[in-house]
Amino acid sequence: MLITLTCYAPNAPEVGYLLAKNPDSVFEREFSAGQVWVFYPEVAEDHITVALLTEIDPVGLVRGPAALTQLDQYVNDRPYVSTSLTSVALHTAFATALAGRNKERPERLNERMRWVVALPAVACDGGEDLMARLFTPLGYTLTATRHPLDSSFLAWGASDIYSVRLEGEQTVRDVLGHLYVLLPVLDNSKHYYVDREETEKLLDHGGAWLALHPERELIARRYLRYKRTLISSALERLAALDVPIEPEVEANGSETSDEAAGASELAREPGVGLHEQRLQAVLAAIRESNAHSLVDLGCGEGKLLQLALKERQLTRILGVDVSSLALARARRRLHWETMPPAQRARIDIVQGSLLYRDNRLAGFDVAALVEVIEHLDAPRLSAMERVVFEHARPRRVIVTTPNREYNVHWETLGSERLRHSDHRFEWTRAEGRAWAERMSATYHYEVTQQEIGAAEPEIGAPSQLFIFDQR
Amino acid sequence: MAGRKERTSPSISTTITIPDLCLVVLIGASGSGKSTFAARHFQPTEVLSSDQYRGVVGDDPNDQTVTKAAFDALHYIAGLRLALGRIAVIDATNVKPQDRAPLVRLAHEHDVHAVAIVLNLDEAICVERNAARPDRQFGAQVVRNHIQSLRRGIRGLEREGFRRVYTLNSLEAVNAAQIVREPLWSDRRSESGPFDIIGDIHGCYDELTELLGALGYVEDAEAGLRHPAGRRVIFLGDLVDRGPKIIAVTQLVMRMVAAGQAFCVPGNHDMKLERYLRGRQVQVSHGLAESVAQINALPEDVRAAWTQQFRAFADGLISHLVLDGGALVVAHAGMKEAYQGRASGRVRAFALYGETTGETDEFGLPVRADWAADYRGKATVVYGHTPVPEALWLNNTINIDTGCVFGGRLTALRWPERELVSVPARAVYAQPVRPLLAPDVAASGDHSGDTLLRIEDVQGKQIVTTRLMKNIIIEEDRTAAALEVMSRFALDPRWLIYLPPTMSPSETTIQPGWLEYPTEAFAYYRQQGISSVVCEEKHMGSRAVLILCRDGEAAARRFGVPAESVPGVCYTRTGRRFFDDDALDRELITRLSTALTAAGFWERYETDWVCLDAELLPWSAKAQGLLHEQYAPVAVAGHVALSAALASVASARQRALPEAPSAALDALSARLREREDDITRYTAAYRRYCWEVDGLQGVRIAPFHLLATEGKTYLDRDHRWHMTELAQLAEADPLFLATRHREVRLLDQEECAAASEWWAEMTEQGGEGMVVKPLDFIARGSRGLIQPAVKCHGREYLRIIYGPDYTEPANLERLRKRGLTGKRVLALREFALGVESLERFIRREPLWRVHQAVFAVLALESEPVDPRL
Repeated sequence: MLITLTCYAPNAPEVGYLLAKNPDSVFEREFSAGQVWVFYPEVAEDHITVALLTEIDPVGLVRGPAALTQLDQYVNDRPYVSTSLTSVALHTAFATALAGRNKERPERLNERMRWVVALPAVACDGGEDLMARLFTPLGYTLTATRHPLDSSFLAWGASDIYSVRLEGEQTVRDVLGHLYVLLPVLDNSKHYYVDREETEKLLDHGGAWLALHPERELIARRYLRYKRTLISSALERLAALDVPIEPEVEANGSETSDEAAGASELAREPGVGLHEQRLQAVLAAIRESNAHSLVDLGCGEGKLLQLALKERQLTRILGVDVSSLALARARRRLHWETMPPAQRARIDIVQGSLLYRDNRLAGFDVAALVEVIEHLDAPRLSAMERVVFEHARPRRVIVTTPNREYNVHWETLGSERLRHSDHRFEWTRAEGRAWAERMSATYHYEVTQQEIGAAEPEIGAPSQLFIFDQR
Repeated sequence: MAGRKERTSPSISTTITIPDLCLVVLIGASGSGKSTFAARHFQPTEVLSSDQYRGVVGDDPNDQTVTKAAFDALHYIAGLRLALGRIAVIDATNVKPQDRAPLVRLAHEHDVHAVAIVLNLDEAICVERNAARPDRQFGAQVVRNHIQSLRRGIRGLEREGFRRVYTLNSLEAVNAAQIVREPLWSDRRSESGPFDIIGDIHGCYDELTELLGALGYVEDAEAGLRHPAGRRVIFLGDLVDRGPKIIAVTQLVMRMVAAGQAFCVPGNHDMKLERYLRGRQVQVSHGLAESVAQINALPEDVRAAWTQQFRAFADGLISHLVLDGGALVVAHAGMKEAYQGRASGRVRAFALYGETTGETDEFGLPVRADWAADYRGKATVVYGHTPVPEALWLNNTINIDTGCVFGGRLTALRWPERELVSVPARAVYAQPVRPLLAPDVAASGDHSGDTLLRIEDVQGKQIVTTRLMKNIIIEEDRTAAALEVMSRFALDPRWLIYLPPTMSPSETTIQPGWLEYPTEAFAYYRQQGISSVVCEEKHMGSRAVLILCRDGEAAARRFGVPAESVPGVCYTRTGRRFFDDDALDRELITRLSTALTAAGFWERYETDWVCLDAELLPWSAKAQGLLHEQYAPVAVAGHVALSAALASVASARQRALPEAPSAALDALSARLREREDDITRYTAAYRRYCWEVDGLQGVRIAPFHLLATEGKTYLDRDHRWHMTELAQLAEADPLFLATRHREVRLLDQEECAAASEWWAEMTEQGGEGMVVKPLDFIARGSRGLIQPAVKCHGREYLRIIYGPDYTEPANLERLRKRGLTGKRVLALREFALGVESLERFIRREPLWRVHQAVFAVLALESEPVDPRL
């Protein structure tokens, strides 16, 4: 809605010429997302303050050409906070200064002056830390004030809305360029692009300073962060009725994709490499069983499937997951469309649920449930047990699940928190053993229990592994 | 006769009789006139010719190089036709056994008979015909080879698996041949009853006559027994063995069948006895010994006559019967859908023994596959064979063998009434090899049976048949989304008997300053021909469905959940538990259940449980996420940004500026003030729906539909009734909140105006608005089902939907354009599905049937419809 820039310099009113806006008039213009005004709240010999005020058309955001989808919300902070739309307004008002051109006072273009930028409302999920990472390397000192969510309900805590003040020695071109590029990066929400191409050009405006910015990868990633897929939209609609549905992805390994980077905030298991160890342990158990066929129940984005394909003795592999989104990622990971026919003939991926009896799951030598059962509500485990042990009934069932006792080993978790926001429970080793023994007795399987990862005294290893063999 | 091997010597016969579902294989040399013959006797679509398929796959009907592909296509299409129950006629030379083998296999796969029609003509005729055709210029040698192969094979055709073989040995015979199609033996669809279907009798003659007496049959000189009202009996077989009077039983049954007063299907014991009487080697056990003893005790002449009669009778029995227009199927041991109306060895085996897994249990008896649990057919299947303690419906099938000979009961099912009538056994005549399944283990037709759902009942494209709207189609991408939500978040499906439908708003109003106004809601219903509506205050909370049971045992009994569970549930519109906190959930349910007990609710409604549709307040109890991520941040950002903007403008205004910029700043300032006013009103709007709760302290539940109790739904009661009944709950516990409401006669202008005023008053004080419902719960108009409810939101409330500034005239103008058609179609379909799931539950249909309708509501909710409507 508003940003103000105050410049402290001798003969300050000349800065108005640099910006190509007369300090004694009010500039007003429509732009694609609404309207923009430029005026000067203060003009003195040693300093000058320019205000850029934008009014975003809230109905146009949802119904106009700028709308990303028809389903966006009218109740939206976009009109009030600084966003990519502010950048567009900035460009509308100060195009020549941004481009580093000026006819009247070209000699002052490269003059470094003291600037104070006030951003009264910024939405930033990354907090002061992120703001500092973005602006400090560029030579600003940053002051941020965080606002409570609602002064009538202080119990709700703090919001992600900040009032921010930036101060630093900059050229006029740089201060505008910094804001132009970094305001959308700060912002936590969907970007409403007036024109997608234009936005992608934003990065170009960074010029030399962006290439040297230590956080340039973060900057680039946050631009691309909210790429939306059609698959997720149906789920989102359901989520909107109730409570948000988080993408069911665990970033335990070395994940580089943009989506996974977003999702990793949900996974709190810090053990880098643990998931790799877990998969190796599962693979060992598959090899040891002389299996020719494998069904990966809850295959997620297909890490185990990828490894299983390299096991030549496995002639039939089926990946099953309840999440269409995860399956789409698994297909991408496995290069589904370009997979050689001989490999493609060995593997299939289908949507399925562990809570519904499914004939497609029957007839496999081995079923693997890697970090799956803890995502089911405890009262629904019995349905999963029957689907797997009674009906799918593979020769061998391999189950991994966290060892809750180990969580204290990780400072970020402690004894109370679970490793993933979607975990419905995590078992101690004794709880895991009791469950496994019950499965063994009810469904006539022999069970052996192993640990995965380096064991600590008292609390054991991070992960539990159960191998069930049909009697 | 009767579906069994049939030998014909039709060389002189010119009448060819074929079942109306079969695979007809024409056999004849090139030039023998098969295509002409086929065209004369069959529809073009029924005939699949090899020439035609060579053309289909390879462009040229005479191109022999594409023969393999042509036959692959032909076999595939023939298979599809047979699967759909349509005759297929194969027009190809088919002169070699290896050409015919895949066709016989195809017939077997689809459980239909293969019929061979051989055109056995002289070489000269064929050669001459070919010569007349420019496209068949191959030598006479080809035809000669054909004829040689054909004649070598003719006598082996039956051995190859053809059930009927007709050979036409001359041009005259070919030209004179007539084809008569007859229904399959099992096809008795024209018999519509009424019937009395009786399960395994096993020689229990006294019980049989007692049961027939109870059913109203009286003595008759010809038939032995006859029903004065023309009802007829269907005997499900196993007349003999184990019991005391097999001769009397068989004599009565044979007499009634002969007199057209009864039908009978064979049981495995009947057929085993028949084989024994034919002198075959059979093991005399499982009760056959009793039959043999009773037969041997007969005087010589009686015995011979009975034996002859029984053998003929048993030999003529058809494996299963399809009756009453296809609505009823009877067979001794049941009949899965794919086999109904088909004829093959395995169909007959299924009818006699049911489906077995090939294993035997600890008693040495075959382990049965649970075909009834998998049954999804439309026809009702009535069967016996496996004694059960009680006849129970499962998936539209019922086993009525209640083990009379083991001291149980002899049971009849009255059709079409579907009533059970039974008489107790007078003695225990035999001991079962394996104990009868205990009632709690037996698969029963409601939630106490096997409640593991199957993926095929929900995945992929689904069609749900509802009482209110016939077939509702759910597309595959919707069911995929619902599968994930149902699996990851929903409650145990045993509790999910209903999900509430979405609700459409009224049309937008043209009244300046307003987006919605009651006038439009009233006009909608008036237009639909509704005379009275009920206006109910809309509480701003979260939709909640409550199921409350008298106690844990009642919950276990009716919902099949563990008895130690909390005696009820409270869930959201997506089937998710309302409160994540176990203790709070338990406290809520227990408290309300206790309140209902104290209020005498259970006695008053003669029930152990109740299902309520309600709104749970405050909104902030469930909407924390929305408030924290959307509503509150917008308010904070708005206040902060607007006050900063106003301060900047004020500061600029204090500078000495020319007139034009000063005026521009004044205008800008006024504009910002308006928006500040909007954000203040917006903040006030959402804050009204928020208050702190501590446990249940502060929580309110406003029920507006009393959906169902044991054995009934209340969808036939009007909303006046619902409001009145539910108001009484508020007296039972202050947690319940009564809903303000009023009835409006739509033709009375004053009443309408007064209701609008009532609404305006409520909403200007911060109320969400009201819901307008036709007085009847289910209302129909000339164009079918009418919206069960239309909501009309208040002006201030709408700020949290359309944004703080939606009341700006320019914004209102644009917002007025909104399409409601999609939303309304959806609302109706979801309503029909919700009603359907409740009614299925009340009828004690199996869980998968209830779940299917509930799942469909969730799937429809993933449709892309403007979420703000």
